[in-house]
Amino acid sequence: MGRIQLNQVQKKFGDVEVIPPLDLEIDEGEFVVFVGPSGCGKSTLLRLIAGLEDTTSGIISIDGKDATDLPPAKRGLAMVFQSYALYPHMSVRKNIAFPLRMAKLDKAKQNEKIEAAAKALNLTDYLDRKPGQLSGGQRQRVAIGRAIVREPEAFLFDEPLSNLDAALRVGMRLEIMELHKKLSTTMVYVTHDQVEAMTMADKIVVLQNGVIEQIGSPLDLYSTPQNKFVAGFIGSPKMNLIQGSEAEKQNAATIGIRPEHLTVSKTDGLWKGRVGVAEHLGSDTFIHIHDTGLLDVMTARITGNIQVQQDEIIYITPALEQLHRFDSQGVRLT
Amino acid sequence: MATKASKSAARLMISPAVVLLLGWMLVPLCMTVYFSFLYYNLLQPGATPYAGWDNYYWFITDPSFQDAIYNTLALVGGVLCITTLGGLATAMLLDKPMFAKGVIRIMVIAPFFVMPTVSALVWKNMFMNPVNGIFGRIVTGMGFPPIDFFGQYPLASITFIVSWMWLPFSTLILLTALQSLDQEQLEAAEMDGASWINRFRFIMLPHLARAITVVILIQTIFLLSIFAEILVTTNGGPGTATTNLTYLIYVSSLLQFDVGMGSAGGVLAIILANLVAIFLMRMIGKNLDV
Amino acid sequence: MARIASRNTKLVNSAIAGTLGFLMFFPIIWILILSFKTEENAIRAPLEILFHSGWTMDSFATVQARSDYLKHFSNSVIIALGSTFIGLLVAIPAAWSMAFVPSKNTKNVLMWMLSTKMLPPVGVLVPIYLLFRDFNLLDTRIGLTIVLMLINLPIIIWMLYTYFKEIPVDILEAARMDGATLREEILYVLTPMALPGIASTVLLNIILAWNEAFWTINLTAANAAPLTAFITSYSSPEGLFHAKLSAASIMAIAPILVMGWFSQKQLVRGLTFGAVK
Repeated sequence: MGRIQLNQVQKKFGDVEVIPPLDLEIDEGEFVVFVGPSGCGKSTLLRLIAGLEDTTSGIISIDGKDATDLPPAKRGLAMVFQSYALYPHMSVRKNIAFPLRMAKLDKAKQNEKIEAAAKALNLTDYLDRKPGQLSGGQRQRVAIGRAIVREPEAFLFDEPLSNLDAALRVGMRLEIMELHKKLSTTMVYVTHDQVEAMTMADKIVVLQNGVIEQIGSPLDLYSTPQNKFVAGFIGSPKMNLIQGSEAEKQNAATIGIRPEHLTVSKTDGLWKGRVGVAEHLGSDTFIHIHDTGLLDVMTARITGNIQVQQDEIIYITPALEQLHRFDSQGVRLT
Repeated sequence: MATKASKSAARLMISPAVVLLLGWMLVPLCMTVYFSFLYYNLLQPGATPYAGWDNYYWFITDPSFQDAIYNTLALVGGVLCITTLGGLATAMLLDKPMFAKGVIRIMVIAPFFVMPTVSALVWKNMFMNPVNGIFGRIVTGMGFPPIDFFGQYPLASITFIVSWMWLPFSTLILLTALQSLDQEQLEAAEMDGASWINRFRFIMLPHLARAITVVILIQTIFLLSIFAEILVTTNGGPGTATTNLTYLIYVSSLLQFDVGMGSAGGVLAIILANLVAIFLMRMIGKNLDV
Repeated sequence: MARIASRNTKLVNSAIAGTLGFLMFFPIIWILILSFKTEENAIRAPLEILFHSGWTMDSFATVQARSDYLKHFSNSVIIALGSTFIGLLVAIPAAWSMAFVPSKNTKNVLMWMLSTKMLPPVGVLVPIYLLFRDFNLLDTRIGLTIVLMLINLPIIIWMLYTYFKEIPVDILEAARMDGATLREEILYVLTPMALPGIASTVLLNIILAWNEAFWTINLTAANAAPLTAFITSYSSPEGLFHAKLSAASIMAIAPILVMGWFSQKQLVRGLTFGAVK
């Protein structure tokens, strides 16, 4: 139930190869997140799984059966779109009913499922409203409701939180995670936001230019990024990547140290620099440091507050056991 | 979204339209070209021998052809002048703040929706008739001799009638374009010390240039084919004073039953229209994002 | 204008524009008035609006009796509605295909379709006339309906295309994910959402078909002649009967004037092919 397999799946738009042949396994009940910068092919990959785009070559299997040539309706999947794609001329009830209507379910059964979904998503009071009369968060729930009633093998989410404001986003993130716990259905989730990826995923697939850079659990990706790209993509603020003589001292072409693994001091340390901008969040402070001679700007993250002046001299010491090493191709050195 | 399934569905769905329009274009067009090279008169059934370029030669060298070309250009040119300048002025007027703008706008736009045969007849009989028409009676009432519009100035009269019908069209288009002009640009120019004339010249006109060009091109294409107004008022006369190319071909084809000549004329009309169409299509193409 | 125009400015503008509007609209008002007069009064005192001699519907009655106005009216209705309806049947799928599954040829196909509208009708007058004669389509409503459908098809397709493009594709994709077949997608999702656009297109097309005055005149005689051709019989000497001409004219143009009221925006969209926004 809900096992998805991609075998040498390739996608070309005309002559442009957007996704070179790739393999991917999604296990039953997993929450998998596709993450990567704009244009990396994550949405395309999702749409290939959904059946909204044809593969150029390769096989997509769902629960062991070849689904490559099946139209979207027959794959047993449900999708929540970035814009929610609600039917504007139908009420919430009719929106949620639509897939059931298409499946030719009788009216009584339809209503049963609609009421259940509405209750689960707190939509019971809004069933007779039209999408235009709902807020962003409510619309999102309707989109999820429409997907739930299909009782799909897997849910597909295409950047569903991008259109919400920051506060709402955090709340909806938790709701989706709770939904996953409750239903235990496979969920494939696309986002460009690595925070969403880190907090929600069982397994993260990092993509760049259609190529899978790394697959792993959030903590795997955080502590053992397999290449420079993943190292720089996961974790905010970004990992400091240093080339040159400091790297050579460690027998690597590039070394990386996360901002949170640096200690700063006004008196002494391994490296020296000048304070640029300091961001005081109250709980943490991000200090951006110039003139280290190692890279343009080094970012250090300090818990709590620290008083620093612009242009003040500051010393930085990396936690050596947290240092990452990469070779000249950008691949991790063990 | 592009899947094999949707692509083949799309091809299927568009084919009726493509087939119909292709047929509509190719079949009669080929026939016209074919006939233009034959001696073919419906009054003389039987043999339709090959005519070479004779039909074209006789059509073009006929003196009425010259008149027709002149009249076509005069008619189109005249209407274009009146409607473009008038439309521009009217659009600018209607863009200004006023009371009852909605009602006034409808009154100005209305003539475009009157069918050409009605408008031609109403103008000819009820306004321009020297004895019974309003113009004549007002003028006679003041003691002056009435003007026989259709007798003395037939082409101008038709130009006037057609302009009355098309002025709303150009007004509407130019008004739409005008309303898309950012007021703040004009205000900034005013702050910069530009007089009204300069604001018009350097800001409004360039913005409207595109719309004006479109209005001219589209109207030209339709004006080349003016037919009903001529048929109903003057039948092309007196003589060939109001015969345009379209009417000349009509006469040749359906009144003189000379299919060969009429077809040759038709081909010429198509070529003429194509010249304009090429420019219009280029403008449309530039603006079209698919 | 961020400034609020003074009342005086507005009055002046209204006066000028109102005069212009009145002048443009005058012929229409006038025939409306005249159509309710007796023939005698029409000639004797046409500019008189206060009817001493009372209103009369005589002219309307005469027009109907002498030339069977209703038959021609119904011809116009049938041809306008018929060509629009058939046009929609062909155009909706075509517009769907170009708006939602565009290929690299779509732009060219669309432009080609528009270009067929620019063909001067007189260029194909001869073959169409002969074909109609040979297929017994002359003076038939069906023949005329077909021709009018063909000449307006580019505009119908174009307008529907622009309206369809305003519909977000992902709503249709959601319908597909929800299990809808193509037919269900168009019927239950696309059409309801595009209804205003379809209505506008229908409106504009009815107007264009109703007022078409080349094919309707050349391909019809007594039987299938719609109002455009019917009015030509008032060239002369009937044209001298102003009250009757007015009555006939007003009846012929009234429906379209009303429709035109509602379709100004559609006119711009449909007849400028996107070159003016």
